[in-house]
Amino acid sequence: MLYEQELKTFVEGTTNFFEVAAQQPASIGSPYLMEGSPSVHEYTGVINISGKREGVVYFTAPKAMLTVLLMKMQENDFSHETMRDLVGEVANTISGNARRDFGRDFVISVPSVVSGEKPSIPLRPGHRSFIIPINWRSHSAKLVVALA
Amino acid sequence: MSTNSATFNGKRSFKLMIVDDSNIMRRRIERSNKFEELELVGTAGNGEEALELFGKTDPDVVTMDLTMPRMDGIECIGRLVALKPSIRILVVSALADKATAVEAMEKGANGFLNKPFTDRQLNEAIAELMR
Repeated sequence: MLYEQELKTFVEGTTNFFEVAAQQPASIGSPYLMEGSPSVHEYTGVINISGKREGVVYFTAPKAMLTVLLMKMQENDFSHETMRDLVGEVANTISGNARRDFGRDFVISVPSVVSGEKPSIPLRPGHRSFIIPINWRSHSAKLVVALA
Repeated sequence: MSTNSATFNGKRSFKLMIVDDSNIMRRRIERSNKFEELELVGTAGNGEEALELFGKTDPDVVTMDLTMPRMDGIECIGRLVALKPSIRILVVSALADKATAVEAMEKGANGFLNKPFTDRQLNEAIAELMR
């Protein structure tokens, strides 16, 4: 069972990135639950979690959102590598927040990045995913929390 | 302070090295730096590159990420401080837990700034570092 406080930590890690790095806060949509893995966007930053909880947390965003985010950060390099770099930094922030709030009960991996049209994020069988829409300007990304 | 650099308030320049495995973050720190006294002498993507660059540029001030491939920031801080005890190191990391900050300080870091950061936060942290 996922506790509200745990979910809050992951959500705040994500929205904090937009608020500070882009100086424009993101809002969250209505969270929903689904069996298995939801579809992902072009760029996804993934952290694996073990210890007290087991599973994955990932932030997946469309290229269009990341492009505008880079512009807001005064970047002028919009290459594939920079998109990967950015989504990895968002995941890095989520990971850092989790380490601060959960302490040593959670073992949190260094973030990895996957990209492409249909990348697959492996979930353990039977895991359910909490999907939290992250809305920023006219774009929408997803924060996916799949922990048992 | 190093022998070839003076105080922060304008007598001479300090040499700055930025260490971070993210290109975005390296450019962000470079752009955010508002201090004329800080001259960027190089950037590195991991601890090994940072040590190599240190040998060539002898920086006085370093911004240091922690989570990096090949050699992480914690090990690199220890190595840099051993080479140059007067070096000033600002950790710039997403790792927000107290234990990590304490470990970095024990290795010889002088300040800690959490990612993400604003330009103002970075410049305040650098100013604090140089006091």
